[in-house]
Amino acid sequence: MVISMDVLKKVPVREQDAKVRAANFEEVCLGYNKEEAMEEAGRCINCKNAQCVKGCPVAIDIPGFIEKVKGGDIEAAYQVISEASALPAVCGRVCPQESQCEGKCIRGIKGEPVSIGKLERFVADWARENGIKPVGAEKKNGKKVAVIGSGPAGLTCAGDLAKMGYEVTIFEALHEPGGVLVYGIPEFRLPKEDVVAKEIENVKSLGVTIETNVVVGKSVTIDELLEEEGFDAVFIGSGAGLPKFMGIPGEQANGVFSANEYLTRSNLMKAFQEEASTPIMRGKKVAVVGGGNVAMDAARTALRLGAEVHIVYRRSEEELPARVEEVHHAKEEGIIFDLLTNPVEILADENGWVCGMKCVRMELGEPDESGRRRPVVKPDSEFIIEADTVIMSLGTSPNPLISATTSGLETNKWKCIVADEEFGKTTKEGVYAGGDAVTGAATVILAMGAGKAGAKGIDKYLKNK
Amino acid sequence: MYKILEVKELAANIYLMEVEAKRIAKRCEPGQFIIVRTDEEGERIPLTICDYDREKGTVTIVFQTVGAGTVRMAELKAGDCFHDFVGPLGCPSEFVHESLEELKKKSILFVAGGVGTAPVYPQVKWLKEKGIEADVIVGAKTKDLLILEKEMSEVAGNLYVTTDDGSYGRSGMVTQTIKDLVEEGKHYDVCVAIGPMIMMKFVCKMTEELGIPTVVSLNPIMVDGTGMCGACRVTVDGEVKFACVDGPEFDGHKVDFDQAMKRQQMYKTAEGRAVLKEKEGSTHHGGCGNCG
Repeated sequence: MVISMDVLKKVPVREQDAKVRAANFEEVCLGYNKEEAMEEAGRCINCKNAQCVKGCPVAIDIPGFIEKVKGGDIEAAYQVISEASALPAVCGRVCPQESQCEGKCIRGIKGEPVSIGKLERFVADWARENGIKPVGAEKKNGKKVAVIGSGPAGLTCAGDLAKMGYEVTIFEALHEPGGVLVYGIPEFRLPKEDVVAKEIENVKSLGVTIETNVVVGKSVTIDELLEEEGFDAVFIGSGAGLPKFMGIPGEQANGVFSANEYLTRSNLMKAFQEEASTPIMRGKKVAVVGGGNVAMDAARTALRLGAEVHIVYRRSEEELPARVEEVHHAKEEGIIFDLLTNPVEILADENGWVCGMKCVRMELGEPDESGRRRPVVKPDSEFIIEADTVIMSLGTSPNPLISATTSGLETNKWKCIVADEEFGKTTKEGVYAGGDAVTGAATVILAMGAGKAGAKGIDKYLKNK
Repeated sequence: MYKILEVKELAANIYLMEVEAKRIAKRCEPGQFIIVRTDEEGERIPLTICDYDREKGTVTIVFQTVGAGTVRMAELKAGDCFHDFVGPLGCPSEFVHESLEELKKKSILFVAGGVGTAPVYPQVKWLKEKGIEADVIVGAKTKDLLILEKEMSEVAGNLYVTTDDGSYGRSGMVTQTIKDLVEEGKHYDVCVAIGPMIMMKFVCKMTEELGIPTVVSLNPIMVDGTGMCGACRVTVDGEVKFACVDGPEFDGHKVDFDQAMKRQQMYKTAEGRAVLKEKEGSTHHGGCGNCG
């Protein structure tokens, strides 16, 4: 084993070279091998009152699994993780660890925190490659639970309930389960076949049934599931998939897409592959409006489809809501950042196709209620960015379809389902909810935490019923 | 998997399929649509529901082969399965929610163009079942492309068939027939027009002149069909609407048809390319002038 040169630093993780990867859809981060993982695990000081666990929304026993990695027993490490998480190969890749587990790591005070995410990923990948499965329930309790949506919240809730002995059916509107993991996050961050599909197989192996092509609210209602189809409880994890547009002139021009559409075409419909039957615009000059993780994903996708890509964001770099690692990767690959810039109109040619975007320069004024400095338009600063494709990545909100068709289910003014944080209990008896459907667009791991809470809530409810 | 129970070629390149889809058959209403995917590699294709049998658990669709996806669909036989079949999507036609009493007072005209005859059928049939007979104009390019004439005549009050080339029925566009009927003294309280975008645009122009409120069923490009992407967005009365969840039926006099038609063209070259690839296989290497 190689002895770490500097215990204050993370064992570096191998990545595809920026120039090479900018032209392919293969995974950017290559992950640790066993030696590297064991070396990194050696940096963990196994705190008694581990802060990292408090930073993890699903409270994985982090020192516990790292201890097993240290000793080289990866299978045991996997079973420790799967007690708390149904999707470790996903979370190890897409969680914002810097603000969660790793953000709390004691090692991080004087140096770099332990690379918990990369270790989790290594363990999950190793388990998959070696055919290790999570352990299911010993016997069923005869009660049926319906889960709406097969994204991170639904999969976690379903996995936890199945482990408790419930008979769980997930209803998914699209033709493939996974939610944002399959339609939103691109292949180069989260491989679909090798990682997402396999992790979903693991959830199924716990005894969870997934029925695709069922749009709850249209194909069947929650009231019908409870009253006619014999479900004892329901968990809603339907996410926040409704895209926002700016409402500026020209937004309906050909070549203007929501990030959801662009990413769904590329990720779910595989339009990035030449032979795919679903088309996608392969623009030459693409402007992505927004600064979140979804904007980075859309920009890096467009780049790989051969375009020169600009991120257009109205605040400065400091306020970019995307993960630091994603911004760093995007820059390395050659994405151009037009900061303190805001579009006011999309320009189209005589055939209705985008040919440019009229923008204004911004400067930062006083902080607003969220604490971020409010961008203000600089007078007389109008200019035009040339573009043949514009991707709007301004955030999403929950689809009102389910709340509108379920009696007695309360929502707030943002159409988010009202549910308590501890157990996901909604205003309707027997119905629980969590994830983006409750909070509005957030992160994969927060949705998983909410799925866990919902499973606990449902178990408590059905045991007392 | 969703089993195809019956396949009928209604006219050249126009096919009817009866598909087993229990959940959809149980809940669907006239005006709604489904999304179908032939196989694991297929694209998602939206199609308006043409008929349904709640007891048998089946839904009937009618489609015309226009691109690679529908060409592949047309190759399927009875007994084959669709990989995915999801719905019912969109809102039912408004009249489904109206009181029968009010509805019976109304005189309704349906105008169907080409393959748009298929989605008109369940609406006229629904009304007939409630004891309401609506007049129907069916327009086709030529006699051979006329579909569902017999079925439609069984549920319509009066059926007027018109062909662009005069090969059958009346001669000329559907708009002429609308005008003729009104001049003959017919009165209509509402018109429902379904067909190609260009036809709906001109029907709306005509009915606006004649003062007949008109509902159209739009067929923009769609991907998911559940409101999550906005590919199908249209401008109605100056507001952006998603046809898949807010429609597909809208007040035709308020739709921005020119914009909708431009948006429909978006993938024309990509679609054309896919057809050529399908037809010519690996021997297709461009040269048609449309390909990159």
